[in-house]
Amino acid sequence: MITLTPLLTAQPAGDSSGPIWNWEFAVEIFPEILTAFIQVTLLVTVVGTIIAAILGLVIAILIRVLPTPLALIVRWAANFIRMTPIVVQLLVLYYGFTWMDPLLIGFIVFGIHYATYMSEVYRAGIESVPKGQWEATKALSMSAGRTWRRVVIPQALRSTIPSLGNYAISMFKDTPFLFVISVAEMVRVAQTIGAQTFRYTEAITIAGLIFLAASYPTALLINRLEKRLAYAN
Amino acid sequence: MDWLDQQQQYFETLQNFGPRLWDGFVLTVQLTLVGAALAFVIAVILGLMAGSPNLWLRGPARVIIEFFRGTSLLVQLFWVYYVLPLFGLTLESSFTVGVIALGVNYGAYGAEAVRASLTSVSSGQWEATVALSMSWPHKIRRIIFPQAWALMIPSLANLLVHLLKGSAVVYIVGLNDFNFELDQLRRVTDAWFAYAFIGLIAYFLFALVLTQGMRLLEIRAKHRLGQGPTIREILSPAPKMPIASAHPGSTPSLFGGKTPGGQG
Repeated sequence: MITLTPLLTAQPAGDSSGPIWNWEFAVEIFPEILTAFIQVTLLVTVVGTIIAAILGLVIAILIRVLPTPLALIVRWAANFIRMTPIVVQLLVLYYGFTWMDPLLIGFIVFGIHYATYMSEVYRAGIESVPKGQWEATKALSMSAGRTWRRVVIPQALRSTIPSLGNYAISMFKDTPFLFVISVAEMVRVAQTIGAQTFRYTEAITIAGLIFLAASYPTALLINRLEKRLAYAN
Repeated sequence: MDWLDQQQQYFETLQNFGPRLWDGFVLTVQLTLVGAALAFVIAVILGLMAGSPNLWLRGPARVIIEFFRGTSLLVQLFWVYYVLPLFGLTLESSFTVGVIALGVNYGAYGAEAVRASLTSVSSGQWEATVALSMSWPHKIRRIIFPQAWALMIPSLANLLVHLLKGSAVVYIVGLNDFNFELDQLRRVTDAWFAYAFIGLIAYFLFALVLTQGMRLLEIRAKHRLGQGPTIREILSPAPKMPIASAHPGSTPSLFGGKTPGGQG
């Protein structure tokens, strides 16, 4: 089993050789960091978001349709997952299911953790569907399944999209936590390059700038979408 | 019976481990509270700057906020740990490294909450302070901030839980916090007992304490603005009806209600 305690090498003392920032070195390591970004960080974000978006809707509907005691259990289970650290959740599965691939554990933990956030978004969306819509489906004697599928969910989903997008961005910025279960995501790759060459500045700064370059434009887009939806309503 | 015996053994191990685990937990509490204090100071300063009409204040604040929100917590942690020493700023303790990374990251998120709540204070209040020719510190301290404070507490409560959750990763720069001690306990017991049974539950309870504390702060802040009952009125076993009617409008309940959402 992989041990995690001696994770980091000692702090570099004061001045190491050469200037703080070396452009040639930065250009040289950039492709490796970008590859890790595309192959792991983006992959976990996309798969995690898909799991979270589906599971979140399931949780929101369960809390709504289950009888009260069961609904309370689901709600508190969701609260429990939401209010405990992702890092510890990752470590539980990592050491609890040693046969499981760490990347798979990443999908599961990020998917479930953010599902509990997204369920709150869906809950608000479902509550925003006017009461008259529910009454109308009853008047038309629609089945419960049909009511949800054809009437409630299409209306509830519309207003939730910007918030779901914001949570996807949060998840994206949380993916470095995969460091603790030794998945080779971008920050771990950057840290490894630093440890091998004793040049941390370039690697870690590049990783940070890639995060910024990916998350900031997305956040702006979501912001615009939010304004447009608010205007349409 | 085998499983039960094992669990019993684990609990005996836990007794020997108790003091260490407690020390780690105390360190996590300190990390969270000191980090939150630093984050709050940064959030208020950046939030006030970002809410100012002066471009020379607003511009830099926006850049700083977006920078620290956009790059990830772990990147900032490594930056403080590995890169700051190159600029001649060597931090002796891992605790300081953790506090700075947590404070800067969540401070930037908090700045957005501060700015948003400053702009939600009604414009009449701002105009009244101008009409009374109040000085800037005076109007912020006595008029604007108390009203914005009541509005920003729910978002700050969410961020506080996020900060607590984020603090679990700081052990990788060599801090013997709660998560580190859990790892030690995991070696002599197993992952489910150490991380799931002890760790997650302890983190959850601490997060509950923090959110309820923030809710009390919110009740107090609202009461001081003349909205809603006092904390004592809510906690007292006396009948609530007359009080509720004496304070129309929002009457926040201490338990139940909203759960922490996200940071967006």
